[in-house]
Amino acid sequence: MSLDFLLEIGTEEIPHWMIPSALAQLQRFDLLGATPRVDASPRRLVVQATGVPERTPDREEILKGPPVASGEKAAAGFARKQGVDPCEMKVNGSHYELLKRIPGRVAAELLADSLPSAILGIQWPKTMYWTGGKTGPRFIRPIRWIVALLGDQVIPFEIAGVKSGNVTRGHRILGSSSIPVTTANYEAELRRNFVILSSHERRHKIETEASKLGAKIDSGLLETLTFITEYPTAIRGDFDPLYLELPAEVLTTVMRHHQKYFSVYGINGALAPNFVAVMNTSGDPEGIVKHGNERVLKARFNDARFFWNVDQQKKLVDRGDDLAHVTFQAKLGTYLEKTNRVVELVKELGGNAHAQRAAELCKCDLTTEMVKEFTDLQGIVGGLYAKAQGEPEPVWRAIYEHYRPLSMDDSIPETSEGQIVALADKLDTLRGCFSVGLIPSGSKDPFALRRAAQGVVKILVEAKLDYLLDNLVAGDLRAFMQERVQYYFREVRGYKYDEVNAVLASGVSTLADVEARLAALASVRPTEDFEPLAAACKRIRNILKQAHFEGDGPLDQALLEAGPERDLADRLTSFTMAGEGDFFNRLIAISAFRPSVDLFFDKVLVNAPDPAVRANRLTLLNKLFTEFSTIADFSEIVTSGEQKP
Amino acid sequence: MDTFQETVFKLKKYWADRGCIIQEPHDVEVGAGTMSPETFLRVLGPKPYRVAYVQPSRRTADGRYGENPNRLYKHQQLQVILKPTPDDVIDQYLGSLRAIGIDLAKHDLKLEEDNWEAPTLGAWGVGWQIMLDGLEITQFTYFQQCGGFDLELVPAEITYGLERLTAFLQGVDSVYDITWAPGFKYSDVRFADELQFSVYNFEMANVDRLWRLLGEHEAECKELLAAYPKYPDKHRFPVLPAYDQVLKCSHLFNLLDARGAISVTERVGVIKRVRDLAVGTAKLWADQQSLSQEPA
Repeated sequence: MSLDFLLEIGTEEIPHWMIPSALAQLQRFDLLGATPRVDASPRRLVVQATGVPERTPDREEILKGPPVASGEKAAAGFARKQGVDPCEMKVNGSHYELLKRIPGRVAAELLADSLPSAILGIQWPKTMYWTGGKTGPRFIRPIRWIVALLGDQVIPFEIAGVKSGNVTRGHRILGSSSIPVTTANYEAELRRNFVILSSHERRHKIETEASKLGAKIDSGLLETLTFITEYPTAIRGDFDPLYLELPAEVLTTVMRHHQKYFSVYGINGALAPNFVAVMNTSGDPEGIVKHGNERVLKARFNDARFFWNVDQQKKLVDRGDDLAHVTFQAKLGTYLEKTNRVVELVKELGGNAHAQRAAELCKCDLTTEMVKEFTDLQGIVGGLYAKAQGEPEPVWRAIYEHYRPLSMDDSIPETSEGQIVALADKLDTLRGCFSVGLIPSGSKDPFALRRAAQGVVKILVEAKLDYLLDNLVAGDLRAFMQERVQYYFREVRGYKYDEVNAVLASGVSTLADVEARLAALASVRPTEDFEPLAAACKRIRNILKQAHFEGDGPLDQALLEAGPERDLADRLTSFTMAGEGDFFNRLIAISAFRPSVDLFFDKVLVNAPDPAVRANRLTLLNKLFTEFSTIADFSEIVTSGEQKP
Repeated sequence: MDTFQETVFKLKKYWADRGCIIQEPHDVEVGAGTMSPETFLRVLGPKPYRVAYVQPSRRTADGRYGENPNRLYKHQQLQVILKPTPDDVIDQYLGSLRAIGIDLAKHDLKLEEDNWEAPTLGAWGVGWQIMLDGLEITQFTYFQQCGGFDLELVPAEITYGLERLTAFLQGVDSVYDITWAPGFKYSDVRFADELQFSVYNFEMANVDRLWRLLGEHEAECKELLAAYPKYPDKHRFPVLPAYDQVLKCSHLFNLLDARGAISVTERVGVIKRVRDLAVGTAKLWADQQSLSQEPA
């Protein structure tokens, strides 16, 4: 017989951003073969399942006993030790053996044993202890109740002094704090107590209601709100249109980052004097919550207006010296020093006068009240101030966008000045940190160097800049950047790992060039000649390697044997002559070598008895390999039938 | 509508009814209620403790000459320490909101992650900012470490920002419009304080003398810390006075900072000096407590 399963770990409010990863871990809980169905709200992590066996099946095991030579007495002793009647001993060849029946276990007992450690084994970015001192159990927040049911029975266990049972709790304010449940009525009981367990349903409810109220849905914020509420309800509030004089960037930042509100836009696409807030309750019939949120937002906007006005009293350009009081990093000095380095680097990279001016001003907004209050707006505020203070457009835009890309999804700066300043700023951070040993390890990356490195790669590729990465970075940083390059092309751009390896192995070039070669390689790959040729390349590489071949001399035409060998050599000569061409066509042309290569391997013995002939054949293969490898090293391509490493 | 002081009375009564000692503010300048010895020292060691007190907290750099409706040089925190944390701590906290007249069913309450760290105190904890209709009204922290020590009994620290909370309850946009007592506004009670301390902190505090004072208080504290190991009767040893010296140093540091007198390179160094004193004092306190079965 199989049973329904319910586990609810009741906690105090879990940080919203940690919940998805916890759900992924719950999904891997071992429920004796049943598939877990997981969901969560800020106060509960839930695993449900159907078809959990009531007990695990009995098993039989053959145990090898003493040798026949040692006699029946030894055999009987062995059997008794195993709890089996000695007459069940059998002879198998030279040894006794017996069949032992191992009874299955009751699922509830098994789960009672395994669940506590599975629950406490969930990995969190930061944990706490709350009982039993430093050696007490650790979790993300205190566990306050546990529901654990298999069928209609409680699975009995205890964590941090909390005993499992069948009693859940509803919404903090609107629900009961003691609700007996069964596996069948659990979700309905929660709903009656103002908890929507399904995060999918909460997300949908927020999205629908907020859209209806005119909100522009921001997916990141939607996700946050889904995991910060148990019973989300959207309401719309208003603010004085006078605040629309402030830049939209400032208003939306205040609304999104500080208040978790969606912005509302008018028909003309301009920001409207409204917002949509998502409550963790069922309604606001008297408008009390709306009024409260409006009041908070007004105070926030007043602050922002105050900051804007105060900041205008000192121009960005006059703030340069103040950067001497802002630490960039203890070992790397101040932002003034950083600014000077970035300006120099922009010059080295060939940045024009606008880019240099932008580099000079780009960190000055760190001393403004606006950025001290709204740190997410660094750069953006500097750009807006520079614009208000009459800097030319290329300058203020470069300042505005020089922190971009902030993530892999974010776009790179649009202006060439912005690209160069962004590149110089990130490179300086990377070089500086690596030079004083601040190198990211594992999950530790306090200076967001991976993000900076990823930004450098993204800018170099997408802006098609001419710099060679290896000229920009050295030492450990070079290896670190190479990892980021691989990551970018694989995870962000979706190229296969062997394609990336193949292109990167074929020599130094700009990342934009790598991208173009990858694109060509990926489109040629499905054609019929490609993979067999790649396999042939691998064979060539192995032959050269085994022969320790290092010759680089000319091919001796006289030693070429008529037939497949000469044909291949002639083809190669004319191909070399063909010279340049776009990557795609060149790859097609290389693929077209396949019949000649196959025929060569079929008919010609590379390892010829005459050393001169052998050397000449190796020379031919080496030239072929070198020629083919200008776009990608095909021997890196994993062909069908091979295992991934 | 309750006055500011009425709200304070109700909160104190509420926590007194739940077993808290009602303390008065510590009489040395502090930057936050956490720095009062009632929190900083009492959370250490194995002895349970429950206390609530209003602590005027000085943030010199936040002074705005009494011109900003929400920003203050000195604000009042109501601080509650529950050591160890009761299992129903959040329900108890919600009860305190009901006690000051908030009908929670008509409001939107959220607990949003907000961890706390005070490097100068060697202290950190995890918790939330508690949001009511989009307004942060309370900071809730489970202390994990204090004075560099892992805590044996994890306390909950509940800190109400009284100005914010009462402005909300009274429906006023500026803290200066809060009715403190019948016939008296917050501005009547505190405006001069805000204005004059802003002038002093930002314009007139004598930087050289502040540096000297910092040095003097630091020396006094160090001397005490050094004397402890050889001091015969440890129960009598003045750990609490040593801690007051730490607070003096911390406040002088804030003053110098507000005057823009601390360069970047100095800053890290001074923070470390204060931290060393705080951690050193915490060690002595913990040691002194462990020697005695009687409360010190």
